[in-house]
Amino acid sequence: MSEEKYLLEVEHLKQYFPIKEGFRTVPLKAVDDISFAIKPGETLGLVGESGCGKTTVGRTLLRLYQPTAGRIIFDGNVLFDSENKIDVDMHPYRREMQMVFQDPYSSLDPRMTVEDIIGEPLDVHKLYSSKSERRDKILSLMETVGLNAEHAMRYAHEFSGGQRQRIGIARALAVNPKFIVCDEPVSALDVSIQAQVVNMFEELQEKLGVAYLFIAHDLLVVHHISDRIAVMYLGHIMEIADADDLNNNPVHPYTLSLLSAVPIPDPETARNSKRIILEGDVPSPLKMPSGCPFRTRCAYATEQCAKEMPPLKDRGNRHFVACWNK
Amino acid sequence: MADSKYVLEVNDLHTSFFTDSGEVKAVNGVNFKIEPGKTLGIVGESGSGKSVTAYSIMQILAQTGRITSGEVLFKGEDITKYSEREMQKFRGSKCSIIFQDPMTSLNPVFTVGYQLEEAIMLHTNKNRAQAKERAIELLKLVGVNDPEKRINQYPHEHSGGMRQRDMIAMALACEPDILIADEPTTALDVTIQAQILELMQELQKKLGMAIIMVTHDLGVIANMCDEIIVMYGGRVCERGTADDIFYRPAHEYTKGLLRSIPRKDNMKEKLVPIGGTPINLLNMPEGCAFCPRCDAAMKICLNQVPDELRISDSHLASCWMNVKELYESKEA
Amino acid sequence: MDNKEMKRSFLSAQVDLSKFNAGNFEKATDEEKRQKDVMGESTTFFKDGMRRLRKNPLAMASIVVLFAILLVIIIAPHFVPYSYDEVVTVNGQRDKTMTNLSFMCYSDKELIYMDETGEDLFPHIFGTDGLGRDYFIRVIYGTRVSLAVGVVAALMVVLIGIIYGSVAGYFGGKVDLIMMRIVDIIYSLPDMLIIILLSVVLKEVLGGKLAGTVFSKLGTNMISMFIVFGLLYWVSMARLIRGQILTIKNNEYVLAAKCIGTSNRKILIKHILPNCLSVIIITTALQIPSAIFTESYLSFLGLGVSIPLSSLGSLANDARAGMQTYPERLVIPAVIICLIVLALNLLGDGLRDAFDTKLD
Repeated sequence: MSEEKYLLEVEHLKQYFPIKEGFRTVPLKAVDDISFAIKPGETLGLVGESGCGKTTVGRTLLRLYQPTAGRIIFDGNVLFDSENKIDVDMHPYRREMQMVFQDPYSSLDPRMTVEDIIGEPLDVHKLYSSKSERRDKILSLMETVGLNAEHAMRYAHEFSGGQRQRIGIARALAVNPKFIVCDEPVSALDVSIQAQVVNMFEELQEKLGVAYLFIAHDLLVVHHISDRIAVMYLGHIMEIADADDLNNNPVHPYTLSLLSAVPIPDPETARNSKRIILEGDVPSPLKMPSGCPFRTRCAYATEQCAKEMPPLKDRGNRHFVACWNK
Repeated sequence: MADSKYVLEVNDLHTSFFTDSGEVKAVNGVNFKIEPGKTLGIVGESGSGKSVTAYSIMQILAQTGRITSGEVLFKGEDITKYSEREMQKFRGSKCSIIFQDPMTSLNPVFTVGYQLEEAIMLHTNKNRAQAKERAIELLKLVGVNDPEKRINQYPHEHSGGMRQRDMIAMALACEPDILIADEPTTALDVTIQAQILELMQELQKKLGMAIIMVTHDLGVIANMCDEIIVMYGGRVCERGTADDIFYRPAHEYTKGLLRSIPRKDNMKEKLVPIGGTPINLLNMPEGCAFCPRCDAAMKICLNQVPDELRISDSHLASCWMNVKELYESKEA
Repeated sequence: MDNKEMKRSFLSAQVDLSKFNAGNFEKATDEEKRQKDVMGESTTFFKDGMRRLRKNPLAMASIVVLFAILLVIIIAPHFVPYSYDEVVTVNGQRDKTMTNLSFMCYSDKELIYMDETGEDLFPHIFGTDGLGRDYFIRVIYGTRVSLAVGVVAALMVVLIGIIYGSVAGYFGGKVDLIMMRIVDIIYSLPDMLIIILLSVVLKEVLGGKLAGTVFSKLGTNMISMFIVFGLLYWVSMARLIRGQILTIKNNEYVLAAKCIGTSNRKILIKHILPNCLSVIIITTALQIPSAIFTESYLSFLGLGVSIPLSSLGSLANDARAGMQTYPERLVIPAVIICLIVLALNLLGDGLRDAFDTKLD
């Protein structure tokens, strides 16, 4: 297998948040030892339900939270290594790694014009030598995302959700990053607008070679846009594989129930499919079950599952599964 | 007291909101009928008027909203003519609604049991002890485990899925004839959503109520509904069975929606979005509401609202393209 | 095929094709479609708020009243030939009958003067006070002083409050904890007592030293009032701003700015404070009447401006003695205080309703 260079490598990342419970402080293990890698120009989809930690992963990678442990290597540079006490200043890397947020209504400052919003990253990293150059860059970014240049002086709230999301994308692209974390970028949009934005993400990737960490809960959208998909549950990655492989040959019990729970917009399939309905609710991350966190809802759970968390093992074809029993 | 084979009939409903920016025409002539024990799905995006339609039936519109014309017949009786007192008797006992966000639909300062008991005592003659028994029964019915314990807990002690079950229990407390579900699973995780949808189908079999499912999720609609109406700009674009809508769409908006969602058969292809931006309800176009965004728009669409025409026994659509097809086939 | 045929047969039964022609089914151009899709009028947040404000009759009435008062106090001194601190004289001569004149009355000497020279002396609109000074002009100046004191004190409070609140809110953690405890302590101090104590102390300490400076005109009472305002009254503004900042800090656009690499200082100045602006303006608008009120009752108690400077409160205080005989001298300044305070309060409320709405 050819050893391609990875753009981003994450090893044993942990993110714990201290929560006060009465007089004690307990750690909320939002992300508990995950590892993955993304090649340049590739899209890794990260799916999971609420509380699984996927948003935390994205924000930790961009150092909006200080990681508790693990290693983050970006483009060959070690950004963070808890064992060797390496913790690099992120400022120069903010030109290479950016983020698009979920809520188009709160991720744009309501007091700023579109021009200022897109111009902010240019200002911070001093990416222009004259005012007219700045203006040109901003207008060209707007064009790239399909916004009308004459809208540059308008305020964010005058636009629809889909257009606001485009502004957010233009802002992320302003620094010409190699990697963008997309945190549920289409969840808050109408169905017909989602397609517009998803297409734009794909086009931009073709044109500019940007890599994405695409965090979402809509499995169909994720399957469409991703090259590889990782499934998370309560801070752990349960399964990670190529997108088609995951959908056609899912292995982990959680993945199986997740896929079967997705309502397919096709009446024929709906009539014929058998749903695997999971019993019970997701346990609170503060009271995580020992060993494998999914064992409380898993039909295949055994004693070993309560003792130890299974490691991700390659089942062939770069399809990794963390399960003792399947 | 007229009797009808339909438990609910909505005829030419028009609802507007009178804001200081002008009149927002949220619902512009919606018709549908629903039989007992059936599930009707109302599909649309934001601005389509689907939620406002549901709220109009229950008459729980915001202060600035009013039904401007049309009628809503419950078992033959026009409930738009009801006084507030009569509506209070109607709501909760004849027709209930569950909302999208279970976190804000339950009052955080009262226990779940208290709220359930309130609903029961309001519409029946039970005293508190009897109501408590009934409440425990209901929680069992909706699949809340350990109901004796759960009944004394506060909403924040219940998870999202459980809160939605609590809401369903409250809605079903008086065995209503109609249950309106306004985006009941949008705020829930996929696996919980599956549980709740299955629960609703089970309950319908047991209790025989009609369900009106308002949602934007085409997947949920395909799985749950006997009849579907597709709304855009406050009007019904198309109505039919799930097969009609998904396999034989006869309105450009429906076709556009189906093209724009990722499905198993278009995973490798680019999605085909619907261009443009959602409709501005303050300035409704004269003709078809969807015209400005429609790739196939014709001159007639600009000025004339399409008539609703029957395509088959179960299927009706309001799109000039169907007339064009007929015209061209006659010309040929 | 079967479906299509069925569809056609259904349709042909319903549609009268003679009503249509080929032209109907021609494609509509993009231009034609765009005309039907009218985007809303472009408004900024400010314009939207102003529109809402204009619809509020009480707020608009308040603006009119305030404007009228401002106009009068700016223009009047140019027309009225009397000065607020000088006893009115006729042709340089003192006049015993000048005191305690009623509305629009003239003193005896003035009447004689007008008969003799035929000149028309400017009327004493509000009459004169116990010392023979034109009351109207004293009221005008009193209003000026009250307003000035109110505005300056309010601005001082706002400035200190914003800075303190921003620092506490932005940095959070221990800094916030300590700063807010200080606020709690300050809240519990009795402001009246401190003003009185301070003014007594300052009088002793500064008494003679201030002569000749601008402060001497204000008097130690006023200075102590300003000092106490600066020390004590900013706390509610600080709490308010801190609360706002805590809320705004959690907005995603602040997170986005951090992601971009914007420095903390720039985030505070560019993102957070501008979004607090509406709250700041509204609170300032409500702070001014509070300051005017405080100054008024301090002056009423005798702890306010020193003679000969007059404020509305001190005028009211002076009028106390002759309340039964000359009630109008108490009523007039009281009414004006009420008008100003009411107008500013209504305006502040109106601003809040217009601008502080949750964007839907």
